[in-house]
Amino acid sequence: TPLAGVRRSPYSTSEKPTPFKDITTYNNFYEFGTSKEAPAKLAGNLRTRPWTVSVEGLVKHPRVYDIDEILKLAPLEERIYRMRCVEGWSMVIPWIGLPLNALIKQAEPLGQAKYVAFITLYDPRQMPGQRRDVLPWPYVDGLRLDEAMHPLTLLAVGLYGRTLPNQNGAPLRLVVPWKYGFKGPKSIVRIRFVAQQPSSTWMRASPGEYGFYSNVNPDVDHPRWSQKRERRIGEFRKRPTLLFNGYGEQVAHLYRGMDLKKYF
Amino acid sequence: MKPIFWLKLGVFTASLVPLAQLVVDFYADQLGANPIEAITHSTGDWTLIFLLLSLTATPLRRLSGWQWPMKLRRMLGLYAFFYACLHFTTYVWLDQFFDWRSILADIPERPFITAGFLSFVLLIPLAATSTTGMIRRLGKRWVRLHRLVYASAIGGVLHYLWLVKADLAQPLLYAAILGMLLGFRLLRHWKGAAGARRPQGIANPRAPARPAPPAARASAGVRPGRDGRTGVRE
Repeated sequence: TPLAGVRRSPYSTSEKPTPFKDITTYNNFYEFGTSKEAPAKLAGNLRTRPWTVSVEGLVKHPRVYDIDEILKLAPLEERIYRMRCVEGWSMVIPWIGLPLNALIKQAEPLGQAKYVAFITLYDPRQMPGQRRDVLPWPYVDGLRLDEAMHPLTLLAVGLYGRTLPNQNGAPLRLVVPWKYGFKGPKSIVRIRFVAQQPSSTWMRASPGEYGFYSNVNPDVDHPRWSQKRERRIGEFRKRPTLLFNGYGEQVAHLYRGMDLKKYF
Repeated sequence: MKPIFWLKLGVFTASLVPLAQLVVDFYADQLGANPIEAITHSTGDWTLIFLLLSLTATPLRRLSGWQWPMKLRRMLGLYAFFYACLHFTTYVWLDQFFDWRSILADIPERPFITAGFLSFVLLIPLAATSTTGMIRRLGKRWVRLHRLVYASAIGGVLHYLWLVKADLAQPLLYAAILGMLLGFRLLRHWKGAAGARRPQGIANPRAPARPAPPAARASAGVRPGRDGRTGVRE
């Protein structure tokens, strides 16, 4: 369904968006299978209404939100972002969503809250990929609180002007455009504020390969492949990968003084 | 025409189907959002499949007594090399676009590329010595040289195993099949060695299944067929 009243955002890139068909048929969403084609084929039966998201942990106002309440927390915006996958390909995606900080401000984190963990749906009846333990389920990931508060950090509910297709993480997913794509957990059901750095599904699956930060960085190779270049979907030649996926001007200050090779 | 001719023609044609499929899908825009990745994966898969098929010929002959698997072995091996060439070309041309600096950095640094590259290189002398003339000329050494295919197949499976992020099902399936095919040979080798140590004159009930000693095997193996086709056995 089309989403109404969507504003344009100054954070959008002017690069040409990847075709809708490619964005919605080439997905890493292991809950529906490990091939790129599986999510588009198998996610159709995921029930995205009713849907609730529990905001909990070290906050003044813990609360269970209905998804439609979250949609009203802030005006919906179109954010055309680059998306860089750790596998070496990239897309330009016209997301629709609201800044995560709108929800965080409502919840009012306590002083001890330093990190936010995102926990996604575990339901093997609806998500056939979860019947195999290729990853520790449910899929979880996290951000430092200042990363979560950053205006670029988006709770996406749609793309190309419409409700988010199931295979792209409906009804609610995280988008952090300066990090590798897997730092965008899909079909979120709980947002938890915590004091200690949370672990993530990929960190647990392979700690040497996936770090907590996972910022896009051409100078820190994945142990199994180079991250220097990427193939934009729809293009033939590879292009150089940019530090922080080209969002350095906005986010580099978050990591000032940090050794990005150590905190990869 | 003899039945073997039609069998060979059928296998030859069928082995081109994966390539034809890629070409058709490419022009019909059916290779998905990342066609280069699709071509890379398909040619890699078929390289492994043909390698495993070629390694099936000997066990199948031993277990069934049929001769025809051996008559297909060279073709299957050459098709493995053919798809490996396509796979390698896809990497060098479509994927890296002849960026030799990054290719030369990739090969030693990325274990999965190291394994894949070595596997491919090992296949080159095997393909080059696959002609009947070379088999005759190399004699016993041909048999020894062509055992490199075991290393190449192991490297190929490792290449796939080390590439995959989380779902190891497919590479482990290849590994299991390769394990069976190589295990069959090891078992026969040990049995053969044990049999060879037995003093002569003691009846060995498994004797007919035991491979001939290497010398006899080689000389029998290098006998060219009357119509120019090779009679290679092992």
